[in-house]
Amino acid sequence: MIYKVIGKDEFRKLIEGLIESNETFGPRQVDTGKDGQPIYQFRKVDSFDDLELDYNYTASSLKNFFLPFKELLSRYAFTDDDWEQGIEYRVNPRVIVGARACDINALNKLDDIFIRGAFPSPYYMARRNNTFLIGMDHMPPEDCFCESLGELTVRQGFNLFCTDLGDRYYLSINSSKAFNFLKKVKTSNPTAEDDRKWIERRQLIKSSFQTEVETDELPDLLDIEFSSPIWKKWGDKCLNCGVCAMVCPTCYCYGVEETIDVSLKQARKERQQYSCTVVDFAEVAGGHNFRPLKEDRLKYRYYHHYHGFAENADQQICVGCNRCGRACLPGINPKDVINDLILESGDDV
Amino acid sequence: MKYLGIDPEKIKIGSFDFTCCEGCQLQLANKEDTLVDFLNLLEVVNFREISSYRGEDYDIALIEGAISRQDEVERLKRIREQAKVLVALGTCACFGGVNQIKNKFEIEDVVREVYGDDPVETLPVRKISDVVKVDLEIPGCPVSKEEVEKIVVDLVTGAEINFPKYPVCVECRRKVNTCVFDLGLLCLGPITRAGCGAVCTSGKTACIGCRGPAEEANYEEFRQVLKEHGFTPREARERIDFYGGLPEMVIDES
Repeated sequence: MIYKVIGKDEFRKLIEGLIESNETFGPRQVDTGKDGQPIYQFRKVDSFDDLELDYNYTASSLKNFFLPFKELLSRYAFTDDDWEQGIEYRVNPRVIVGARACDINALNKLDDIFIRGAFPSPYYMARRNNTFLIGMDHMPPEDCFCESLGELTVRQGFNLFCTDLGDRYYLSINSSKAFNFLKKVKTSNPTAEDDRKWIERRQLIKSSFQTEVETDELPDLLDIEFSSPIWKKWGDKCLNCGVCAMVCPTCYCYGVEETIDVSLKQARKERQQYSCTVVDFAEVAGGHNFRPLKEDRLKYRYYHHYHGFAENADQQICVGCNRCGRACLPGINPKDVINDLILESGDDV
Repeated sequence: MKYLGIDPEKIKIGSFDFTCCEGCQLQLANKEDTLVDFLNLLEVVNFREISSYRGEDYDIALIEGAISRQDEVERLKRIREQAKVLVALGTCACFGGVNQIKNKFEIEDVVREVYGDDPVETLPVRKISDVVKVDLEIPGCPVSKEEVEKIVVDLVTGAEINFPKYPVCVECRRKVNTCVFDLGLLCLGPITRAGCGAVCTSGKTACIGCRGPAEEANYEEFRQVLKEHGFTPREARERIDFYGGLPEMVIDES
């Protein structure tokens, strides 16, 4: 990693240059909630002023830039006695500005699955490799618990990461592409004062978390509490609406559907992001549903996030952003579910 | 037109309107970019929005609208006798739709309100399946042409017809919309069957449940959600009653 410091005016020039020559996305205010608070999403930006870099969180994650909610996998063209398959996964180079550390860590987890996993996805890889990613630190929202999961800092998976020092950013440069872009603007080497401020800023962020979730023993605890009554308690609240998985930065389960065009001359195969909490997630051909109960579906969502991955890949797949908790209308959220589980297991002793 | 070397048989359809706005049938004549392909799969025997020809030799009858008069009952029964397959097309046909709001009032009051001193004969509104056997229900106000196209392709290629079982929220979040509950709206998306592409909520208006219930909709918890969001039982009931497609979502106003 190479470190530089850039004034905020120069940073603006850098981003304006990127916006001018690339499709660029970043946090934008899309609505004002009934509580008067702004609601943000990652959207296309046309100028630096479109960006809301001091945003608290985006309602949906960055995931769908890499795993689109609906993605064409291939097309088929029929002739009278034959057919041809067409596959394309070209993605134009693009820029994302303002990703939080936990969102980049979420992408790193998806990389483990779709790049380094047993079945790499060329579709995902094309999107990931053609995205110039600029990260940015922030003060944690009050319900965020990424620190509990060790996802507060990020060391890879981005091109450039900015730590906010007030009038300037402390830059962590993680790619030659970023290094070369930075040659076009004025940067300097960090001074001892910058280093000190960087450490202060880090400590401030770390000490500002208001939500803590005990996750160290969670994989074992989940094993032990498989039959816990808390799954029914929280499962009863589940609307089977699937929004938790939709907004989640790491939920990647999907369905594949083949559709014949109304012309009958072509067909398409599409992948759609699915959710393990919806009623037919585990329904198979012939109609059998392996998980007909909502409490089981909810339980297995937690198992996938905190148990399965921990056992198989020594990491939990949740990054602690609490988007699922905020999106859930009945208020099912990891902090309360996990705390309930810990309390319940305490009662057993 | 051949599909994988096989010439599929055209579907002989008749389309009939009852108490409705005929919007669902008009939907079938929309989406011009694929309209020719769509009509190529059909042999239109009787469909006044599309053709002036009036035949009786249809296999599939599309029924739009609810039933609100005695002559409609008799006409519907005749169509049922002729049709091999009878499809309830749209929210009115599937659930009674907007028309069934009438059933919440005294019928004399309703007639007087609408027709004044010139009353007409009318019955309480019924959905199609209350009168004859229905083989397939395609909900929506109006129906989604894309969904109808898919069903027609499934029929000619012999594939199973499937509707989404999950609620509108899945499609809404796939569009990265703001949840309209956060904007203060009473939305029926969490209990309503998807398949519409979340058109209403994508336009920042609440879902009003035209497609009927999602499978295993959690009414009990949804009632609690509405309460916690500050909606009164009356507000909830009025929304639920609008299309009549969510009869299990009972609201206690006491």
